[in-house]
Amino acid sequence: MKPVSDLCLEIQGLKKSFGFKPILRGIDLELYRGQRMALMGANGTGKTTFLRILAGLTKPSAGVVCVNGLDIVQNAQQVRRLVGFVAHQPYLYEELTALENLLFFGKMYTVIDAQERAIYLLRRVGLEKKARERVTTLSRGQVQRLSLARALLHMPQLLLLDEPDTGLDQEGHELIEAVLAEHIAQSGTALFTTHQPERALKLGDSIVLLQGGRIAFQQRTAGLELDSLQLSYTEAVSL
Amino acid sequence: MMIFLEQVMAILWKDVRYELRSKQMWTGMGLFAILVLVIFNFAFDLRVDNKAAVAPGALWVAFVFASMLGLGRTIAAEREKGSMDRLLLCPVDRKAIYLAKLLGNMLFIGVVEIVALPIFAALFDIPLFVGVFLPVVLLGTLGIAAVGTLFSAMAAATRARELLLPILVFPLIVPIVIGAVRVTGSLMVPTANEPPWLGLIAAFDIIFLSVSMLTFEYVVEE
Repeated sequence: MKPVSDLCLEIQGLKKSFGFKPILRGIDLELYRGQRMALMGANGTGKTTFLRILAGLTKPSAGVVCVNGLDIVQNAQQVRRLVGFVAHQPYLYEELTALENLLFFGKMYTVIDAQERAIYLLRRVGLEKKARERVTTLSRGQVQRLSLARALLHMPQLLLLDEPDTGLDQEGHELIEAVLAEHIAQSGTALFTTHQPERALKLGDSIVLLQGGRIAFQQRTAGLELDSLQLSYTEAVSL
Repeated sequence: MMIFLEQVMAILWKDVRYELRSKQMWTGMGLFAILVLVIFNFAFDLRVDNKAAVAPGALWVAFVFASMLGLGRTIAAEREKGSMDRLLLCPVDRKAIYLAKLLGNMLFIGVVEIVALPIFAALFDIPLFVGVFLPVVLLGTLGIAAVGTLFSAMAAATRARELLLPILVFPLIVPIVIGAVRVTGSLMVPTANEPPWLGLIAAFDIIFLSVSMLTFEYVVEE
């Protein structure tokens, strides 16, 4: 049992509905600093909605969500400063260059030494040669890398990654692994979604399986066999 | 406060740079305003005695219609490819987003006005820069942009945004347009005992600006 002061994410009874359609039906979860959690589940089980709530883009219908002890609804602006989000959409401006995008978001997050940080991150994600090229000229994988740099720009405490492997090649997959490891080494916390059990096992300390808007399965990855996870995942997806 | 202003300027800079590169808005708005003025010029029999009655209306119709084209774009461009979430994800005061979009819209409309006004003066044979003409244009533009920025954010979330925006905005800006037309007309042919139209436009601007700034957050956030 870790001390409460290490608690990064605390969720109690989280529910979300769109109109009369319930998406999340009551989620309780705790995530401590330095932990990486994989979120799995079939399409439409609420993974993206769940991450959007944590990123402050969608308000919960019920329940309490706290990041570093700050309520996500009451302290929305402070929480946004603590969260970095790589979503399905890259959240970049296509007519601006890679560097201009990072400098713009640097101002939005009031990053000190934004220029240096932006250049460092472009180098880190392998886009230093593309710094002055417009996003519209970049490939899908390069846009995903830039999106990762944007999410890391303000050194967030909680990193949210919605299927971060999308569009990335093998080198890109390794980049995600390395970036996650660096983030965790700096006492950061990460929550990512994936449909690949082997990636969940490789990248996560623990795995949560969502099914019908509820947590159907939660387990630490240490000692968890791939076959067993694949079986649980296949069962959940086929329901 | 400094951070607030820096963020406003950063969003404005981004929008201007974006527009300069895509050139989607200014060209369309400018051409549209000029076309309206030309059509009005040929559609009406502009003699000396009825010029003052037609010209101010033609000018403000051109400004309002051209503004509608541009107002839809600033927020719509934000909604495309990742929606407003790009900005809403950031710890930015929503009032800063509104103010930046408002200033951007005023700038875009202002550029169109700078292009259209000399053409208006030449076509209708009317001298510009008399009396309070520039303050009227400025205050009128502010009113149109203040309402338009709020409602374009509202309309941008719908499929029928091009249709919805004028339906929402036109009724609200009627007092501003009436005031602006009357002041512009009185500058051409001075009339006695005119109500304080300029003050009325300024009052509407303050009301629209205040209400829009306070409600923008609820419009853009889920």
